[in-house]
Amino acid sequence: MFSNRLFNILIPVISVVLGLLAGAVIMISFGYNPVAGYQALWNGSFGDTYFFGETIRQVTPYIFTGLAVAFAFRSGLFNIGAEGQVIVGWLASVWVGASFDGPMIIHLPLALIAAALAGALWGFLPGLLKAKLGVHEVIITIMMNYIALHVSNTLIRTVLSENKDTSDKITDSASLASSWLMEWTSYSRLHYGILVALFAAVVMWFLLEKTTAGFELRSVGFNKHASEYAGMNVGKNIILAMVISGAFAGLGGAMEGLGTFGYMPTHSAFTNLGFDGIAVALLGGNHALGVVLSAILFGTLKIGALNMPTEADVPSELVEIVIALIIFFVASSYIIRWALLRLKKEGK
Amino acid sequence: MGILDIIQSIIPTALFFSAPLIFTALGGVFSERSGVVNIGLEGLMVMGAFVGIVFNLTFADVFGAATPWLSILAAMVVSSIFSIIHAVASVSFRADQVVSGVAINFLALGLGVFLTKQWYGKGQTDMVSQPFYSLDIPFLSDVPILGPLFFQDMYMTSYLAIFIAFIAWFILYKTPFGLRLRSVGEHPMAADTNGINVYAMRYIAVMISGAMGGIGGSVFALTIAMNFSQSTIVGQGFMSLAAVIFGKWHPLGAMGAALFFGFAQSLSVISAGIPLLEDIPQIYLLIAPYVLTILALAGFIGRAEAPKANGEPYIKGSR
Repeated sequence: MFSNRLFNILIPVISVVLGLLAGAVIMISFGYNPVAGYQALWNGSFGDTYFFGETIRQVTPYIFTGLAVAFAFRSGLFNIGAEGQVIVGWLASVWVGASFDGPMIIHLPLALIAAALAGALWGFLPGLLKAKLGVHEVIITIMMNYIALHVSNTLIRTVLSENKDTSDKITDSASLASSWLMEWTSYSRLHYGILVALFAAVVMWFLLEKTTAGFELRSVGFNKHASEYAGMNVGKNIILAMVISGAFAGLGGAMEGLGTFGYMPTHSAFTNLGFDGIAVALLGGNHALGVVLSAILFGTLKIGALNMPTEADVPSELVEIVIALIIFFVASSYIIRWALLRLKKEGK
Repeated sequence: MGILDIIQSIIPTALFFSAPLIFTALGGVFSERSGVVNIGLEGLMVMGAFVGIVFNLTFADVFGAATPWLSILAAMVVSSIFSIIHAVASVSFRADQVVSGVAINFLALGLGVFLTKQWYGKGQTDMVSQPFYSLDIPFLSDVPILGPLFFQDMYMTSYLAIFIAFIAWFILYKTPFGLRLRSVGEHPMAADTNGINVYAMRYIAVMISGAMGGIGGSVFALTIAMNFSQSTIVGQGFMSLAAVIFGKWHPLGAMGAALFFGFAQSLSVISAGIPLLEDIPQIYLLIAPYVLTILALAGFIGRAEAPKANGEPYIKGSR
């Protein structure tokens, strides 16, 4: 028999390979050269320092949204609302970042905390409804996404700017941007956020695996009723899980607001950072380290895709298809597990 | 403006905006009643919009005025086939149905835009030459008061949507098939014991939701958007999902909810120029459908109770 641990590593790897293979088949059937296509993808993400910087920049918010979704998953919740939490986090960070000027040591943490609080608030309501009234969090968080989108657009137009489509720029004292990182990567938009993201991953690992609170959260995720009988407050843990999850996603928004852009534009559609976070968390097996690794993979795919039309003439949406297929394969791990066991039996 | 003029400008617009939502929400009712959560409605609409537009552009010269109707038919068939992916993953492969739905949304948009770039060489298609046109119903439109309200400047698709809602109600509540479909969503094991094929029922239900989502998407594309691009369908599918829940998983309830959401949308479009309404900031009308859904779920507007086995894969022989 395969051990469970081996399965947990094999299934994401097989899913990624299958997804990329399917992408190659699609490229072949439309008359493209898959080798050239994937070569372009590679060059577009690691080909030179600029692309490398952009890839890391994209990985940063993915780590946060991946952590957010993974954290909720581990507590038995599906936070599909990371998208909305990213948006309110972005808004809050820019709001604090632009409204005053001060010493960086105070201003930057303040802007980050504001983003985390905004995201936490956006996660608190679904958590509360789930804990007190048993309302399914998936639907509530989807609705919260749209409320976040429309409310933030309105606030940008009315409060954060004078009827313009972007907020004002944040002041330098709240900025994560770094001139030497930019110079080093041929003026990509790489910023210090990646360090914050990696730190957050460590925090999540420590919180879940090494503290009593984390043990309770995981326990509620495994079995609500058993946890209840063991004397844990299930409702409190559900709310806590959603609040922390929301805070992670909110910080993901701050990476865009304080790092990449330095302002917030109005959005006609979602950023997709939150939805992609679902894929990141799933592929990463909902573990902190796994999330970092799969965030790197998805960041690479997303940024590399932009180079595919120019270098290999392949539409960049191919990568979206590949990502969707990877999610399918990971989600259908039951069948991969079955196939692996079957193969193993026949091999004997 | 007199009060009658105001109503006259609101009702046709509301019906116009709600038609795609009604179609898609009805599909959602079928799927969720059989126990399969369908977050993928958005993706099914994207697929429907894409196929509807491409079919329309390709065959406009051949079929002339019948093109839009054939386009929604083509969209229905293709989206229904596309939805089998969701059925296979969530019914046979026991995948998390929400995750599979999310993947459907990604896949539909990816495929749609990929093929658009492939076939048209740019990120969006041309405008269709044969969309649905609004028309006055002969005789009925001449009826005083009611005529201008319900029969002038109307789209046939709006009538069709309401008509199909009643058919869906009849199928779900008055036929053996409907009873079986609902029983599979409430207690699959009991249904299985009674000789109902749980897997087959769920496959059929998901395919119906694909078909309806396809119609909804193509109707949206051929009445409102007129072309296909990345941003043709942005949230209509999720709004339909909201309508399913706000309508308490009942076809007529879903229709009512969709009509209300369409009404809210139309208010945000035409509120300028209407006394009282123009003073309400647009934002409240924009978020109204979502806020109301949350309130409905929280039990402030009557308790919304989901089908019992919704979201759970059925595994034969397990207790």
